[in-house]
Amino acid sequence: MSNIPSDLKYASSHEWVRNEGEGVVTVGISEHAQELLGDMVFVDLPDVGDEYAAGDDCAVAESVKAASDIYAPVAGEIVAVNEELEDSPETVNNDPYGDGWLFKIKMEDASELEDLLDAEGYAQSIDED
Amino acid sequence: MSNKTVLFDKHVEANAKMVDFHGWEMPINYGSQIEEHHAVRQDAGMFDVSHMTIVDIKGADAKSFLRYLVANDVAKLTVPGKALYTGMLNEAGGVIDDLIVYYFDETFYRLVVNSATREKDLAWINKQAEAFSVTITEQPDWAMIAVQGPNAKAKVATLLTDEQNAAVEGMKPFFGVQAGDLFIATTGYTGETGYEIMLAPEMAANLWQQLLDAGVKPCGLGARDTLRLEAGMNLYGLDMDDTVSPLAANMAWTIAWQPEDRNFIGRDAITKAKEAGTEQLVGLVMEQKGVLRSGLKVISEAGEGTITSGTFSPTLGYSIAMARVPSGVAIGESVQVEMRKKLVDVKVVKAGFVRNGKSVL
Repeated sequence: MSNIPSDLKYASSHEWVRNEGEGVVTVGISEHAQELLGDMVFVDLPDVGDEYAAGDDCAVAESVKAASDIYAPVAGEIVAVNEELEDSPETVNNDPYGDGWLFKIKMEDASELEDLLDAEGYAQSIDED
Repeated sequence: MSNKTVLFDKHVEANAKMVDFHGWEMPINYGSQIEEHHAVRQDAGMFDVSHMTIVDIKGADAKSFLRYLVANDVAKLTVPGKALYTGMLNEAGGVIDDLIVYYFDETFYRLVVNSATREKDLAWINKQAEAFSVTITEQPDWAMIAVQGPNAKAKVATLLTDEQNAAVEGMKPFFGVQAGDLFIATTGYTGETGYEIMLAPEMAANLWQQLLDAGVKPCGLGARDTLRLEAGMNLYGLDMDDTVSPLAANMAWTIAWQPEDRNFIGRDAITKAKEAGTEQLVGLVMEQKGVLRSGLKVISEAGEGTITSGTFSPTLGYSIAMARVPSGVAIGESVQVEMRKKLVDVKVVKAGFVRNGKSVL
């Protein structure tokens, strides 16, 4: 069973969301997702300033096995991207909840966080896969 | 039904991620496919290839049977232990399988064929053998371990007896020798030096452990695929199959046209195909972000083609592929690949990207 930190929120499409306060969240992909994808070889991130609705595809994680879309779990504006991944995409495999974060979004509506899954709900959604 | 090799427990012990591979539970990786790939390019890695099918052909007609069965000519084999890569064709000139033939004497040859095609291969071989005085014996229980990489031979040498080391001393590529309990061959599927070792099943786990202790890294099917693709080696079912001519699969060099009076299965069909012209299998490289994948469409001035195998090349740091394209496409030209709804420029090269740890581009 992969690690699912209880202090994070999750989308059923395998993104995690950490509330950093002041309406900003950090987004990455779960340990389960990186295990499914295998060794990451490229991560195509959005540009700072881009705006997305919840559920929009905004990044691509490409592994040896497949290219996988990553969706904005909440609506808002990209305020930072993890540029370190350009040179070391394997960080997403090695530290998916830490240095392997993908981007930060300034939320339009902080209440959208409540629509996401908690750790238990995400664990259940994996089991149903 | 799912088959397990005799090394299954060793894979589980090493935390392998197991997947179904044509009915076999095989390790796809032991953590990181890319680290395993680099181990083979830079040091030494090993693969459990016990799922591969070993078939011994014996009898007075063994030589004449194989000269009829496969497109390459086993008459080229005159030194005991020498091996030959060949296609086994159907009457229409398509590739039933690609395989290695080892020669021991004119009444004893050993074939190593793909596991994914085991049943159709055995059915075909047995059917074709009816008119010949041969016995066909599969060795389903044998284990096979491929040890590959620049330090592979030296690491294996530390485990062999003096007699075994003497037997493999100076062995050229594509040879095999029975050395004590081990059949040791200088073959492989990675573009690196090394051995493929066949042995009795009860000995396999012990040899695997000794290799681990000697610093050989276990590698899964994931790394095996990226290594063979970098080396420009075909994978049956992707790069060619029953419907594809060997001429359109980079296998023209494996067809022995001489002597002209040798009749082999598929000869008439591929002779006609050669006169008419066929598509060709080329390499593609894409230095920008993204990964070429099998099935993607290739667009050129000479017409459309298809990527047969594609991957990220861990050695080169960008994506490579093999593609079947019209004969008018020239090596060195730029063509386009349709990926993720965009057209991307890629360069056409000869299939074969990395050998002995280095780029050959």
